[in-house]
Amino acid sequence: MAKMHIALRVNNRQVETLAEPRILLIHLLREELGITGPHIGCDTSHCGACTVDMNGRSVKSCTVFAAQAHGAEIITIEGLASADGSLHPLQEAFREHHGLQCGFCTPGMITRAYRLLQEIPNPSEAEIRHGIAGNLCRCTGYQTIVRAIRAAAERLNMPKEAAE
Amino acid sequence: MIPASFEYHRPRSLDEAIGLLAQHGEDARVVAGGHSLIPMMKLRLAKPEHLVDLQDLDELRGIRSEPDAVIIAALATQHELIGAELLAAKCPIIRETALQIADPQVRYCGTLGGNVANGDPGNDMPAVMVALGATYRVKGRGGERDIPARDFYEGAYSTALREGDILVAVRIPMPADGHGYAYEKQKRKVGDYATAAAAVVLTMSGGVCSSAAIALTNVADTPLFAKEAGEAVVGTAVDEAAISEAARRAQHIASPSADGRGPADFRTHVAGIMVRRALARAKERAG
Amino acid sequence: MSAEIESAQARTQKLEGLGTRRKRVEDARFTQGKGNYIDDLKLPGMLFGDFVRSPYGHARVKSINKDAALELPGVKAVLTADDLKPLKLHWMPTLAGDVQAVLADEKVLFQGQEVAFVVAEDRYIAADAVDLVEVDYEELPALVDPTKSMAADAPVLRDDLKDKTSGAHGPRKHHNHVFTWEVGDAEGTARALRDAAVIAKERIVYQRVHPCPLETCGCVASMDKVNGHLTMWGTFQAPHAVRTVASLISGIPEHKIRIISPDIGGGFGNKVGVYPGYICSIVASIVLGVPVKWVEDRMENLQATAFARDYHMTGEIAATRDGRVTGLRCHVLADHGAFDACADPAKYPAGFFSICTGSYDIPVAHVTVDGVYTNKAPGGVAYRCSFRVTEASYFIERMIDVLARKLDIDPAEIRRRNLIRKDQFPYQSALGWEYDSGDYQTALDKALSAVGYAALRDEQRRNRDAFRRGETRKLMGIGVSFFTEIVGAGPIKNCDILGLGMFDSCEIRVHPTGSAIARLGTISQGQGHATTFAQILASEIGIPAANITVEEGDTDTAPYGLGTYGSRSTPVAGAATAMAGRKIRAKAQMIAAYLLEVHDDDLEWDVDRFRVKGAPERSKTMTELAFAAYNNVPPGMEPGLEAVSYYDPPNMTYPFGAYVCVVDIDVDTGVTEIRRFYALDDCGTRINPMIIEGQVHGGLTEALAIAMGQEMEYDEYGNLKNASLLDFFLPTAVETPNWETDYTTTPSPHHPIGAKGVGESPNVGGVSAISNAVNDAFAHLGLTHTQMPHDHWRVWKTAQRLGLTAA
Repeated sequence: MAKMHIALRVNNRQVETLAEPRILLIHLLREELGITGPHIGCDTSHCGACTVDMNGRSVKSCTVFAAQAHGAEIITIEGLASADGSLHPLQEAFREHHGLQCGFCTPGMITRAYRLLQEIPNPSEAEIRHGIAGNLCRCTGYQTIVRAIRAAAERLNMPKEAAE
Repeated sequence: MIPASFEYHRPRSLDEAIGLLAQHGEDARVVAGGHSLIPMMKLRLAKPEHLVDLQDLDELRGIRSEPDAVIIAALATQHELIGAELLAAKCPIIRETALQIADPQVRYCGTLGGNVANGDPGNDMPAVMVALGATYRVKGRGGERDIPARDFYEGAYSTALREGDILVAVRIPMPADGHGYAYEKQKRKVGDYATAAAAVVLTMSGGVCSSAAIALTNVADTPLFAKEAGEAVVGTAVDEAAISEAARRAQHIASPSADGRGPADFRTHVAGIMVRRALARAKERAG
Repeated sequence: MSAEIESAQARTQKLEGLGTRRKRVEDARFTQGKGNYIDDLKLPGMLFGDFVRSPYGHARVKSINKDAALELPGVKAVLTADDLKPLKLHWMPTLAGDVQAVLADEKVLFQGQEVAFVVAEDRYIAADAVDLVEVDYEELPALVDPTKSMAADAPVLRDDLKDKTSGAHGPRKHHNHVFTWEVGDAEGTARALRDAAVIAKERIVYQRVHPCPLETCGCVASMDKVNGHLTMWGTFQAPHAVRTVASLISGIPEHKIRIISPDIGGGFGNKVGVYPGYICSIVASIVLGVPVKWVEDRMENLQATAFARDYHMTGEIAATRDGRVTGLRCHVLADHGAFDACADPAKYPAGFFSICTGSYDIPVAHVTVDGVYTNKAPGGVAYRCSFRVTEASYFIERMIDVLARKLDIDPAEIRRRNLIRKDQFPYQSALGWEYDSGDYQTALDKALSAVGYAALRDEQRRNRDAFRRGETRKLMGIGVSFFTEIVGAGPIKNCDILGLGMFDSCEIRVHPTGSAIARLGTISQGQGHATTFAQILASEIGIPAANITVEEGDTDTAPYGLGTYGSRSTPVAGAATAMAGRKIRAKAQMIAAYLLEVHDDDLEWDVDRFRVKGAPERSKTMTELAFAAYNNVPPGMEPGLEAVSYYDPPNMTYPFGAYVCVVDIDVDTGVTEIRRFYALDDCGTRINPMIIEGQVHGGLTEALAIAMGQEMEYDEYGNLKNASLLDFFLPTAVETPNWETDYTTTPSPHHPIGAKGVGESPNVGGVSAISNAVNDAFAHLGLTHTQMPHDHWRVWKTAQRLGLTAA
């Protein structure tokens, strides 16, 4: 079918493009916009490697048509660092606690953790495990991921004066 | 993993949506959360030529109550159901069930309307709505009508919806204060459909069960209203004997298919266990 | 005056060398979405390839009609076997001495087999075109039960082998027979079984599973026709081997082929072999003159790429009355699928299965393996298996438990009575391996003490009583596994892949200002080589790890190596790294002697510098020596500071471990909860404990998946029932417990730094520990063995058979 005009905000930047309605959001991001952080790990919406933050929700971008994302506000892993380049506490915590090995699940995992910590700023271990149940990892066994998310939560919850 | 082509429509009103469905007939499908339809389109098991996206229809949003009912509009997401204080206070089985559906990302997108309307025997909310005695408000070219959930499901992916219909809201008769409830689901892992699941809503009065409704998920090609199983506990103290009888009657109507979750006899057995555990928990919760 | 020199301890810390929990250098790019995986690669003019695949498990291909597909705008080519025939590429050699169809040649032999390759402008058009290719099949009866492969009336699967009475591994006794392999003492073992006071026999199946890395397989092939040069990027765990194989089959000389493995999103053995997608992409690139990308989707990965296991083992174990094993016999029926594409060293068609005497001092043993064809996907050796060690270890760990049951001896105790003793190392096993080192008793003691084993058994007794009295419907199980595995393939004299000896390599160049670059013949898929190999070097040459770049994966620059799988990187390339580092240090020592005007022997090494013996304030740091190498070397010496080592290991290495698993089984639902899992690993010298722990967590999680729910099951028509993640069990963070890790350190005496490798140990030991725990939960009721996976329904069926379930 004919291409349609799609306009959306990705990582704080306004983008516009023409795409067939059936183009999946993950392909729009990776192929059209060169945003290759989110990955494709399955075809049945299970693995979560494609997770982005869309309109304040964790969403599997492989299960959304680009057309549905017209007008949306999207954050991917590439958009988590600050404007001055300093890393998000989650990104630092994942490195600090060895929360990744091959790195393929990592963008989706961190992007999901980012929203999880907005939902539950001080999550217990069980809440973290249930909170990332939509993100599969084959390398780490999740234990260090849970530690990293816990550590990031602590850092984010520190009162500003103590953090400085 | 690549869907077939389609034309995309994003109506701004419910009437416009209904008009589009009427215009394109069987070549059109609605998409709400998309997490049932889009995976099927990616496998090319569904190839609608026209996709009608309901996301801009604010009239299909909202969770509210009337004195004798809770009304949930079709586009309410599982995430919203979990967070709704009204539901936590008045109809907590919904929250308990939503937390056992899929995973966090899917719950952000998946809607109540989608979960109850597409006739997938694996979906969890249909049995809950059946147990609650809910009705579905449906709108189409021919106007609007209310269909009781217990009359809605005809077969796998086959419901009382006619071509061009849109389910717009679910109306749940207000459960009694202090009612007991439970949704007990066995699954292979988080995110899986049920090996078998049971929804129980009951009321107790003076230590005796005054009403009970039991419904089963994924042990037939529709949700099952286990009417006789529910009757087995009414008038009893929901003791071991009553629970056993209810479980037995529920197993009697189950006819699950064998699949990766296990052979049919196992799944029927699990249905019985789920009924037992749901009854025990519902009784414990009943005020 | 010389400045204050920091203490040796402080300087050692700054190096971040061996033993440090060094944070990973890879993480910077991965946590920012700046990894470079194959599907991230985009080249100008690049096209996309996609396969038409067989829906049938066994069928004749009567005709293929490409017309409609070719008419679709944006489609550039549709290749079939007929198009590859003139290039003799419609079949390709496998790593196991068999051949595999690149595109189906008159017949399809497994569901998902490649039939045609569509090349189009983008993946959407390619997908549409795949649907438009019309293939006319004539369905044939499918053979999916390996026990029926060699029946007299079994259908012929491999028409191409019909008249061949011998294959790569010896004579073929049936049209569906691949090989028979035998090792050990048949006569002696038969005698031991005959004369035994006790024998136990059991049939143990290790079900077909799949490594399922999160990233699927893929490549980009780019033929430069002007220069006759082929560049290929791809998910290759052995890039140099791919280059050599690509040269041999395409005729393009090896110096005109460049293979690059970029970042790889998990391998686990799934990315060792050469797949039809790689060959078709090369051909398409040659034909069309532009780069061609092929990236499979998840269902294709599960259906058609290297599966793992599918070993049907029958074991007999002979023992004295007090549980001392006197003999072991094993027959294996190995289901190799439609083509034998096992990635084993050439002389070992059953891999290192002969490690199946395990950690026990068994005087005599005999193993026979019959490989057969079926209508299933090709492969077999993958998934953290160390070449069939997972199968071997599962076999012996179950057999020893079966024996324990029979004799009513505690499973930990029977192991204690049979473990190889420390003074027996190096130990010659009955099946021909020389185990390098081990202190098994210490490890077992430490593990049992850490978990409070005696108290656990007491608790289990109380649980069993309570169950009998109807006070609980949960049964507790305790599983012990004591595994020895064999990794680090391997000595060239017996380990080669297609004739390429399994050495590995490291090349180092030190820059004038004291930093360095090292290149290796291995390739990380998440193991953190850029971090850990720098640590090895830091300790050898006294340059901080942070100042050492480690590169892998580009065959134009990396020295030849056989890649990363079978836990071989640390044992082989790690050794090469240490040896190359020592050559660097040896040259630096000569330069230091020259600069300090002393004899070489008057110098001693101190962390990061050479000091004059007796006059320690006179020293030269490696940084100073690096600069000197470029302007002030002794007369007659070449300038520069670089070294290369190609390391042919004298032996494999033998990591071992003691694992204990505690489960609670809900008998009414079959749901099994892992309450506790303790893993003690001995991988010799520990390079980076943080990374070791990560490897153990990950391997145990894969073991959990295998033991508790994974299987690749085919129905009688050859339909694969678990072709997607809906039904192929990958645990989430909710199903995965916390793993307790511990260790002992028994260095390998033949390895330059004593390291053995650890990547696969947890999958080897983990499956046994979990499966033993599930079996143990029912052992008191007479259960000897129940097959994996221990999913809900199977566990419930076991309970039902034992009379534990009501109605």
